[in-house]
This record gives sequence, C-alpha cells and structure tokens, in this order.
Amino acid sequence: MSVLVVVECADGEVKKSSLEVASYGAEVAAMLGTTATAIAVGEATTANLATLGEQGISKVLYDAEPRLKDFVNNAYTKLIATAAEQEQAKIIILANSNIGAAVGSRLSVRLKASLATNVVELPKTTDGQFMVRRGAFSGKAFSDVLLSGDRKIIAVKKNSTGAKHQAGKTAEVVTFAAQLTDADFADAPTQVVMQDQAGGILLPEADLVVSGGRGMKGPENWGLIEDLAKALGAATACSKPVSDVDWRPHHEHVGQTGITVSPNLYIACGISGAIQHLAGVNSSKVIVVINKDPEAPFFKAADYGIVGDVFDVLPKLTAAVKALG
Amino acid sequence: MKFLVCISNVPDTTTKITFTPDNKEFNKAGVQFVINPWDEYALTRAIELKEAAGSGTVTVLNVGEADTEPNIRKALAIGADDAIRVNAAPQDAYFVAEQIAAIAKEGAYDVILMGKESIDYNGFQVHGMVGEMLGIPTVAPAMKLDMSGNTATLEREIEGGKEIVSVNTPFVASCQQPMCEPRIPNMRGIMTARTKPLKVVEPVGEPARTKVAEFALPPKKQGVKLIDAENAGELIKLLRNEAKVI
Repeated sequence: MSVLVVVECADGEVKKSSLEVASYGAEVAAMLGTTATAIAVGEATTANLATLGEQGISKVLYDAEPRLKDFVNNAYTKLIATAAEQEQAKIIILANSNIGAAVGSRLSVRLKASLATNVVELPKTTDGQFMVRRGAFSGKAFSDVLLSGDRKIIAVKKNSTGAKHQAGKTAEVVTFAAQLTDADFADAPTQVVMQDQAGGILLPEADLVVSGGRGMKGPENWGLIEDLAKALGAATACSKPVSDVDWRPHHEHVGQTGITVSPNLYIACGISGAIQHLAGVNSSKVIVVINKDPEAPFFKAADYGIVGDVFDVLPKLTAAVKALG
Repeated sequence: MKFLVCISNVPDTTTKITFTPDNKEFNKAGVQFVINPWDEYALTRAIELKEAAGSGTVTVLNVGEADTEPNIRKALAIGADDAIRVNAAPQDAYFVAEQIAAIAKEGAYDVILMGKESIDYNGFQVHGMVGEMLGIPTVAPAMKLDMSGNTATLEREIEGGKEIVSVNTPFVASCQQPMCEPRIPNMRGIMTARTKPLKVVEPVGEPARTKVAEFALPPKKQGVKLIDAENAGELIKLLRNEAKVI
C-alpha cells in the first residue's frame, strides 16, 4: 500500500504544476501513514528527479525509453499502471492537465479505480469515507465527491494546495522498465509543435496573468498588455470575444468554454466580466480589474479596481512595475 | 463511416448556479438547458465529415432522462441522422462511459466523438474511459480532426503546444475549439428532426464509482478596493506590500 504520484517533466525538468502534485501526494501519504513514490513521465534528468525529495517524495521511478519523451496516451497509461501494480499503489495522484486527465481516465478503467478530476483540496477521510472537493460548473461551484473502492485516482487542479519545499532532502531515483512494445506507441504523435515561447510564459503554468478584452479595441494594441506582462513575468490571456474575432489565439481564451485559470494574480484589462468569463478566473487568488465603465460587473468580483481608460492606465502600471526593480 | 456523437444536457452558460437548501442537488428551477457547448464541436464536425465523404451516418447519443429530449431533437435538427437516449440520470463519468461503450460496441461505430468535458460536471474523463473499455485509442482534447479513408489525423492540445496524431478507426476523440464553427438548426432541419428516429434504451453495467455528497459555492469577495486612475502606480505597491502577489 502506497501513494503513487505521476510527475510530468519537460526539457529535463519537473514541471512546476507537478511539484504541487508531488507535495499533495506526500501529504496524502502522511495522512495514510505510508510513503509517496513518484513515476516520472516525459524527459527528465536524474539530478532533477532527485530534488523531488524536497516535496516529500521518497523514491522516483524513471523509464528512460526515448519514445516516452512525448505524450503517448497508451504508453503512458501502461507505464503508470505497471508502476501502480509494482508499488501496490492504492492512491494515484496526477496533475489535472491535458496529459493527466487523458491518462487518468484510461487508468481508472484499467485499474478498476474511482476517479476524481479537478480536485482543489486534500482529501478528507472520516467515518471510513474518502471525500475530495473538486471544481464543478466550470468554476462557478464545488462538489464534495465520495470515492468508492480499493483504489482511487485524483487529478489535482493547479495552484490549489501549493508546492512545499524542504531544502536538502533528496529522493532515490530508480530505473524502471515497463517493457513497452511498439504496439503501445501506436498512437504516438507524428509531430509535436510547441508555441513560440521566446520570453513568453505559458498560461496554464502561470502564477501571474494579464488579460485583455474588447476594451483593448484591436490586436494592434496588445503591446500594452504584453509590456505589463513582460515587466511582471506574467502570461497573457484574453476573453472569448477577443479569441472569437481572432485578435488572439484560442489557447489564450479564459472562461467557461476556454481554459480555467487559478493564478495568484489576474489583471483584467477592458473586460466587462460576463458570467462565463468570471467562471474561468474566479479561483484566482487576487483579481484586479481595469475598466472605464464603473458599472462593469467584473468590479463585483475584483479585489482591486481602477476605473479608467486602459490606454492611460496600462503604461503607468508597467512603469510602476519597472520602478520596483 | 458511422459516427457516434455523445452529447450531454447542461445548464446554459449564463446560468447563475444555485443548489437545493440541503446543498445535495443542483437547483434546476428556471434554468435553461442546452447541448453542452464542447459537444457542439463534436456534432458539427461529424456532420461536416459525413457531408464531405458523401456517405455515412451520424448518430447522437445522450445518457439522460426524458427531459433531455428537446436537446436531442435539436441535435437532430442540426443534422444528425438518428438518436439514442439511455434512459437514466448520468450518475458519474464511469456510469456514462459504460453506456456509451456498450452502444458503440453494439452498433460497431467507427468514430466516437464528444466534447472535451461537460460544463457542469467538468470531469474530462468519459473519452478515456470509453476508449479503455473498448480497447481503442483516445485523442483528447482534439482541436482538429480530418479523415482520409479509415485514417484520422488529429491535433491534440498539450500544455504549451500541440501534437499531430494519426489513428485508424475505430477511435474516440474529445473535441474543442477551433475544430469547426458549431452549426445552429435551420427551419428545414427543425421540421425533419421531428420524424427522425429516437430510440430509448435502458442502462447497463455496474453502478457508479463516485457520488456527490454535497455542493458548495465559492466564498464571496470582500469588496473591491478602488485606486484612482491618476495614481495607477499605487496599485503595484498594494499588490506587492498588501496582497503580496508580486
């Protein structure tokens, strides 16, 4: 009986969202009086995997099969299922990412496990019940879900419980061979295209987000959003109308039918705050709204607000961030 | 090519979410239900691919009680050929996946499409479960889907980019934008939808594995602190010293 944590890696490093997942797994293991083992997917170095000790992981399994560098649904599912059997894992924790959800759902059938995705808190285990709180209604509500059965899989939403660090602790990295065959790679990608990341920060991984709406008046004005984002080290995002008219790519669309973000800081510029947009951002820790319309509904959901013209306010904010040094 | 498109019946995106006084159930009073917006991409793309091929069928499948039939008829009006309703409330993702897998197997469907997730449950689970139950590939979430004979080429979104994946039928894909421009029904579609076949079947399989104990709403914000536009730089100081987020 143990807890198995799936950590996603890229370019040799553990993804930041997976550090949070590792911490979550270690806390669940402590609750249950057992240890947390990680299985790494993607491209990782042994040295970087060993640092998962800082999140409370005791052992990391790593299969150096080169075809596992890119996400392959069947191969990842078999790899994790094999690790779960070897470790006799009763609880498997993943990130609520496109990879985590795709693999987690297949795993739940293969391992006869109950599954909760989009989980935002540590589980509660009282009266022999196992309950997790998860986001529902696209950010408009939560549901407390009881998981049945011997085996449980939990996909943790980013920025929910946070990553813990205990400096100096290292995890043992153990070579793992899942004996994958060519058939397991039948759905391997023929090509992987990454977004241009020159100086940019990926929205799903971002702690700080600067977002623009129709109030920005046109794509030619996005330099103002990008300048502030760059000064803060933030990702850029947009509202649905903006991506609908192709001012910005759809992967920047935040909202009920776009992506749901939960950064520490969300700055909304020229976005009125339709209920569908609020659903996508309301788990942000701090929300700032800049809008010239004092009646914009977004102000009701904000922590800080400026009633003013984004074209005047944004350069002032960028200058103020730069002045902080 | 036989397409099976799975749709769920969800509260309209503008719905203010409330629960029954004991917080055990979603309060449906006065709520307008629609076809899950993500499922609309799956439905429209299936119809487009059928039209492009000049042959094939699009069957729409819903797991729900009789009150979902208006939206099933809407899917037929948009262009699906026939429909199946599994007569049961969708208890959880596993239960729904069992129903879809059973029907997909019985009908020998080639392409099983659905939205990325439902906007009420937000599980993002059913596609993978169905694929695993049937032992066929799943591509999720898919932003693009093209067919050439029995081979599909899809773009799958991953964090920070996309993968190009090629799979043979049968397969499952969960769909999202910018796959297509979802269609709305026209008058002719609405008229013909009335007489298209809608079969009702009873559920099969094992019971659900998860159960909602209670719902909760997010905590209310304390109220906005307004900063004068002339002193906009003050906001940055507050974010550093008071909110401590930068």
